[in-house]
Amino acid sequence: MDAIILQTLNGLDKGSAYALIALGLTLIFGTLGVVNFAHGALFMIGAFCAVTVQRILTLSVITLDPNKTDFLGNPAKIKTPYVEKFFGPEIGAGIIDWSVPLAILFAIPVMIAIGFLMERVLIRHFYHRPHADQILVTFGLAIVLQEVVKYFYGANPVPTPAPAAFAGAIDFGVLIGFDPNQIVYPYWRLIYFLFSIVVIGGVFSFLRFTTFGMVVRAGMADRETVGLLGININKRFTIMFGIAAAVAGLAGVMYAPINSPNFHMGMDFLVLSFVVVVVGGMGSLPGAVLAGFMLGILESYASLNEIKAIIPGIDQIIIYLVAIIILLTRPRGLLGRKGVMEE
Amino acid sequence: MFGLDKKDTTLLLVVTLLALLAPFILNPFPEASALAQFNAGYPDLMQRFVIYGIFAVGFNLLFGLTGYLSFGHAAFLGVGSYSAVWIFKLLGMNVLPAIAFSIVISGLFALLIGYISLRRSGIYFSILTLAFAQMSFNMAYSVLTPITNGETGLQLTLSDPRILGQQATADGSIPVTNLLPGLEMRQSVQLELGGWLFTFNTGYYLAAFFLLLAFYIAIRIFRSPFGLMLRAVKSNQQRLNYTGIHTRPYTLAAFVISGMYAGLAGGLLASMDPLAGAERMQWTASGEVVIMTILGGAGTLIGPILGAGFIKYFENIFSKINENILHDWFSFLPQGLQDFVVTIVAPFFGEGWSLSMGLMFMAIVIFLPGGLVEGGQRIGQLFRRKPAAGDAASSQTTPAE
Amino acid sequence: MSKSNLTRRGLLKTGAVAGAGLALPTIFDGATWAASHSGFTNAPQGKTVTLGFNVPQSGPYADEGADELRAYKLAVEHLNGQGDGGMLNTFSSKALDGTGILGKKVEFVTGDTQTKSDAARASAKSMIEKDGAIMITGGSSSGVAVAVQGLCQEAGVIFMAGLTHSNDTTGKDKKANGFRHFFDAYMSAAALAPVLANKYGKDRKFYMLTADYTWGWTQAASMKEFMEKEGWSMVADVKTPLASTDFSSYLAPVLSSGADVLILNHYGGNMVNSLTNAVQFGMRDKMVNGKQFEVVVPLISELMAKGAGANIKGILGSSNWNWKLQDEGTKAFVKSFGTKYGFPPSQAAQTCYVQTLLYADAAQRAGSFNPCAIVPALEGFKFDGLGNGPTLYRADDHQCFKDVLVVQGNETPENEYDLLNVAEVTPVEKVMYKPDNKFFAGGNLGQCNSGA
Repeated sequence: MDAIILQTLNGLDKGSAYALIALGLTLIFGTLGVVNFAHGALFMIGAFCAVTVQRILTLSVITLDPNKTDFLGNPAKIKTPYVEKFFGPEIGAGIIDWSVPLAILFAIPVMIAIGFLMERVLIRHFYHRPHADQILVTFGLAIVLQEVVKYFYGANPVPTPAPAAFAGAIDFGVLIGFDPNQIVYPYWRLIYFLFSIVVIGGVFSFLRFTTFGMVVRAGMADRETVGLLGININKRFTIMFGIAAAVAGLAGVMYAPINSPNFHMGMDFLVLSFVVVVVGGMGSLPGAVLAGFMLGILESYASLNEIKAIIPGIDQIIIYLVAIIILLTRPRGLLGRKGVMEE
Repeated sequence: MFGLDKKDTTLLLVVTLLALLAPFILNPFPEASALAQFNAGYPDLMQRFVIYGIFAVGFNLLFGLTGYLSFGHAAFLGVGSYSAVWIFKLLGMNVLPAIAFSIVISGLFALLIGYISLRRSGIYFSILTLAFAQMSFNMAYSVLTPITNGETGLQLTLSDPRILGQQATADGSIPVTNLLPGLEMRQSVQLELGGWLFTFNTGYYLAAFFLLLAFYIAIRIFRSPFGLMLRAVKSNQQRLNYTGIHTRPYTLAAFVISGMYAGLAGGLLASMDPLAGAERMQWTASGEVVIMTILGGAGTLIGPILGAGFIKYFENIFSKINENILHDWFSFLPQGLQDFVVTIVAPFFGEGWSLSMGLMFMAIVIFLPGGLVEGGQRIGQLFRRKPAAGDAASSQTTPAE
Repeated sequence: MSKSNLTRRGLLKTGAVAGAGLALPTIFDGATWAASHSGFTNAPQGKTVTLGFNVPQSGPYADEGADELRAYKLAVEHLNGQGDGGMLNTFSSKALDGTGILGKKVEFVTGDTQTKSDAARASAKSMIEKDGAIMITGGSSSGVAVAVQGLCQEAGVIFMAGLTHSNDTTGKDKKANGFRHFFDAYMSAAALAPVLANKYGKDRKFYMLTADYTWGWTQAASMKEFMEKEGWSMVADVKTPLASTDFSSYLAPVLSSGADVLILNHYGGNMVNSLTNAVQFGMRDKMVNGKQFEVVVPLISELMAKGAGANIKGILGSSNWNWKLQDEGTKAFVKSFGTKYGFPPSQAAQTCYVQTLLYADAAQRAGSFNPCAIVPALEGFKFDGLGNGPTLYRADDHQCFKDVLVVQGNETPENEYDLLNVAEVTPVEKVMYKPDNKFFAGGNLGQCNSGA
């Protein structure tokens, strides 16, 4: 029982990352009709926003300490971050400690700007090109983005810890009557889950309750008619691209403390997020979210030792197996519409 | 000739000449010159050019004709390689049975996956093939290690049975792959001509023979009623269904043929170098053949071969240009300027080869929607008679969907 | 047309055959070529000899590859008599004199393994076929090492393995032309087990997460064997998929399983993530069975420690070498590496540097580049002064035997390189094994191949 509760928590946590990435991917596909293989790279850039903020905050004055020597026998360099000099050591260290939450403020404008730029400069020329060309050009872009990040930050993962206040784990089990250590779950992962719910809720209410969102939804359903009504749908779609990039970026920022960011993390998520989107049904936002959480939870259950004992290696293939079964039983994924990307 | 019309005969002849003369064409620079770095006429790379060319030509039979975008084609290449290495381990080192076996096994595997995946179309089909390929890759890497030797890849050992051949050579080594006894895949003849050095390798010419055969069959399929039917599937499958034509047998046949091409490529890879690694089946490998085909020109006959050559060239030649070589190139500049220029270019060479490749992809897709073939056509038109503008328009404006 | 194996290119660079190719093309086949060129693959002509450095330049291990390449460049400088000579000054064999190898200037070519066995072989082949490399070295995973070693055996060149830790490299998959300086999973476990038992007590229950591929399995099997000898008992050994980036679902059940030690048989990015995740789950501050819960990472590298950040603090593991060692060889190497690049070298850099020197020294002593002359020169070779203390290149399996370091994550790092401390040096006798040990059985070196 405790194992199931634990893996459900895990599944929700994994699912939040899948759902956030898939949500952005579906937004772009649903509005612009573009298959964006660079979406994983946007997630990765989000995570590196957190790294960048951490780097900026730890920019340091270097002083030489004549009493200590470095490994070559030269006087040791002592680094004091500017923020610590400016605000005093304690407040300064506190600010550095909170670099990941602060990075959210940094990432939103940066990611929206990157999204706009991508759409205006590159993607708009591909609206009327075949999907294969879109895939190729965005895949090329993804490679370029990841190589640029590798050039500046190296290939090794960069540790980006969460604030000390959220380090460690909560003994969940004790709260609901289990023995200690039965259900232990990290604070930051719970925060990640809540954060994703807020972002997903935000995107859905934006689309549902604002006029802007209404127009976008109408455009998703029937672009031509909305255009004929004299509404500049393209401009709104560009903005949606920026929002989708921001959602991927936020997913990345908050993911940085869970796993140290590296330049290829976007590619690791790319295939998975496409599977999620397709299982959810191309073009369906609720489908993407639902499929994200569902695959996250199933993946976690499949890694239970009891299940692995029955079917060895099931955790390696579960996501793909589920995808195949769903696509064979429900031709357009969980909540997909007819006629979308079936040619 | 061979039942081809004049245009196709010319094309086949051109490809034949290119394949036969590749050792010359790919080594345009004298050995001693600084540009020798760009020579690609050594056996391993020449073999890769033609083998991946076969893979891409086969992929194009499915994608270029029917429009079905398989994202899991590398699985068939991988299965082909594993089958061939198993033949080398169990039977002996002759490549022909190994290649035949890999074509058959890949074909059967493609039949199974195609039968299931072709129940869906569009992106749903792509994801189904991707899912099968990723499952094969993950399992080959871990659970199936007894069959695939996992991470290391399936290799030959001295203790393999090889019932029809020898277990070990007289001097205690693992025997090498051969076409006939005494005619080994790795044998080469070298020709020195002035400052140039050209290598003619047995394995390469065997692979080139298969490429020509594969190319010839591809032309015949393109021009056959069967090929016409496949194109009809691409332009409007629904209409075909409404007219009472059951399209699935046709698409399934195309899928299996294309899987057998991949199996042939896999078998040839193993024949040149008897090792089969699981990475051959990873999604990135499947993505690579998609890129080769589109980059070269999907739906054209020669495009996939050009695309395959382009990518393999980048991967093998650009990745080896390190800073020392760059310094050599710019050694005519004064020291300070030389360092500066090398710092600017270095990120695009050596370890930055993937960056350059990504940029090239984007440039080609943006500026040459028809791939390298279109680039060739445009250059061709520059040299042709003046009213070429009209031709260009008619050859390009066909929408892809 | 007779036995011509992998062919050598670039011979015209040397001027040896510059007169050829007038009116009549010269047709070379292997036999005549071998006969007139001292009878082995890529026999160096003219005044230079080319080595092939095959390291990961793209993919997750690119930084490790970059460090290996730095070490190789340094080694080439030292062999050619530039720089301060580094470990050449402390090396017990004095055959090398800074004039290259056998009087030929050392040149090198580089390639990208991509940490894929296929790509690594393609890259090594191009070095052999196109650039005329006489020796291939480098790599940062066992899959690649085994694959390239097999290729070099076939081609008739020497392979000096880089970072490869699987038992199989010099066990099941050993080859006459291949040599490994780096230690292996068995030695890690043998060195680590007594230290762990000493620090954490005899009565412990351990839980293992193991990367689901060959290296992970050999590591897990070795750890299990040695920990059980120390009286520890295993609760579970759970395989994790290689592609995993998030280990939460494998870590979640650990605390409730009754285990009080977690052993992570992961390397590289896998290890960085699994350790980070384990610390997130609060494992380092839990008490289980009345004991402090502990996490162990059998193989630790500096780059992994850097990636794991603060999470590595206090974690025990093993290393082949560490720049903080105080012997003369280490000091000389750290000094020349640090002066050139501004930071201390990693263990991958050290093993690659040493392998290059060892190859050069063997060629020098043998008086020939012929692989079949170099193999006996390295077999049974005893040396010192290269940073690991007295070392033996054992003839039976071409594996180096030397002391093994038990390292611990530094609790109070003074700078960004000060991540690991040497907790203990386990003497070589403790980690020695017989060539037919069950973890290494089933292999066969075969005969050395010179490609003739």
